[in-house]
Amino acid sequence: MHPIAEKIQSRFPEGFISSTEWRGDLAISVKREALHDVCAYIRRDPEMDCDYMVHVSSVDWPDEAERFEVVYEVYSIRKRHRIRIKTRVPEDDCRVDSMVDLWMGADFMEREVFDMMGIRFNHHPDLRRILMPDDYTEGYPLRKDFPVQGKGWRDTFDFLNDPN
Amino acid sequence: MKLEDQRTTVYKVDPNHPETADLPTLRTEELLLNMGPQHPATHGVLKVIMELEGERLVKSTPVLGYLHRGVEKLAEGGTYHQFIPHTDRLDYVCAMYNNFAYCRAVEKLMDITVPERAEYLRTLVAEVQRIIGHLFWLGTQALDIGAMTVFFYTFRDREILLDWFDELCGARLTTSWYRIGGVERDFNDSLIDKVKRFLDYFPPKIDEYVIFLEKNRVWLARTRGVAVISAEDALSFGLSGPTLRGSGVDYDLRKYEPYSAYPWCEFSVPVGKNGDTYDRYWIRIEEFRESIKIIKQCLEQMQPGPIMADVPSVTLPPKDRVFTNLESMIQQFKLFSQGFDAPAGEIYCGTEAHKGELGFYIVSTGGGNPYRLKIRSPSFIHMGAFDHMSKGYMIADAVTIFGSYDIVMGECDR
Repeated sequence: MHPIAEKIQSRFPEGFISSTEWRGDLAISVKREALHDVCAYIRRDPEMDCDYMVHVSSVDWPDEAERFEVVYEVYSIRKRHRIRIKTRVPEDDCRVDSMVDLWMGADFMEREVFDMMGIRFNHHPDLRRILMPDDYTEGYPLRKDFPVQGKGWRDTFDFLNDPN
Repeated sequence: MKLEDQRTTVYKVDPNHPETADLPTLRTEELLLNMGPQHPATHGVLKVIMELEGERLVKSTPVLGYLHRGVEKLAEGGTYHQFIPHTDRLDYVCAMYNNFAYCRAVEKLMDITVPERAEYLRTLVAEVQRIIGHLFWLGTQALDIGAMTVFFYTFRDREILLDWFDELCGARLTTSWYRIGGVERDFNDSLIDKVKRFLDYFPPKIDEYVIFLEKNRVWLARTRGVAVISAEDALSFGLSGPTLRGSGVDYDLRKYEPYSAYPWCEFSVPVGKNGDTYDRYWIRIEEFRESIKIIKQCLEQMQPGPIMADVPSVTLPPKDRVFTNLESMIQQFKLFSQGFDAPAGEIYCGTEAHKGELGFYIVSTGGGNPYRLKIRSPSFIHMGAFDHMSKGYMIADAVTIFGSYDIVMGECDR
């Protein structure tokens, strides 16, 4: 196991689920309850020192019990390592703790995840849609059950639904 | 405070109050001003809701999404090869760099090693693209601030390079020249001559721009000490590229995680110290000179060789063989209709584009399409810091600030 993953496992034996290393990328899966603590640890611990927020992303796995995956990728400028922290949330309670108190850049990135995938972030200062219009009610576009051509008003266009 | 609440706080003057009945009053409420979405200086369709106290910005809320086209969703429906032209439309000013970043990400996913000559070609073209990007930035930034002349000079020189792209791949802006595993075609002698001529022509022109700007009191007054951001805050916001390096952090993926031909070239990374708009400008000017160094070294070190990795299950066959050879045609057809079989897994690959770290996070579950493709676009992330950086500055500085990110809305909204 990667030494960083070992450290996180020994520090958070309850929250740690697994770690993978593939193509040189280290990814660590943690339980949702431990996500904020793990992130606070890798942000503030001088050995981890991940001061740079790379991206926040989300993946939809509709066939699995815990449907959504929230991905935080952080980098340490001084130690030069990159860590990807992942957590799973079920569809009926898709909430995770916000990381805005740790990395200010998480503000916009989490808003994008909320906008595109519908995952809510606890304690986020301004959780609104960011790319879609504020009054958009047709769902969350990057979910797998959202059609590529969109839905809503355009479903009523005959020429779009006409098989000929 | 919610946006709706803010709107109601504006213009609350009671006309029946005895003091305001017949006097033209000096009101001290905060004023809400919409800048954009159609504004000549917003570099695309961007709206910023500004809360003003006099002419000072108290709070600014960027409203994004006017150019949202769902590129990430489209990626899930197509094969890896088919997505390359979509990346052109992200940052349409610097398409080559998007192609480059995307192809690198897929190569990392497929574990492909690109031949040496292709790496040199890629690096050379990427640096030409960096010069184009910075020329475009310099011209428009100076124009926004009020120095119109520079715009004509930088666009004159940018045009030379765009014509060079035209000769290289048939398009000036939407290039799609990079391919997964290599590049689409090699340089011919005329292209190499033209680059060499440009390398002699360009350095005196850089000094020309510098003379225009660095002796210009308006330029200095409007860039020095404007939009200062500390290194800690810049990192916390995830800023990258010249915007981060202006604050004194030497984070440059070309040095931190060397890729392509950068480890074989000697160059330095200019780093500012004040974190203001002037330092970000200075870094870009210095990057012109560094890019020229890199291009020169690539031209010197480049040896003849293949320009495409030899992995027939993934890489496209050479175009001339597609039209003459049946097997190559079948290979081309299969790669475009079904795609190649990617292994299940996930990768993140960041590339130092001229704006900052352009990254692609790809989740694959096997098969020919990406299961999820996330674009980490520097423009979007830089906009997240806009409120923080603009607080306390004048309205006129707002244009300078998002200009200094080198923002392109196609990439910001995706």
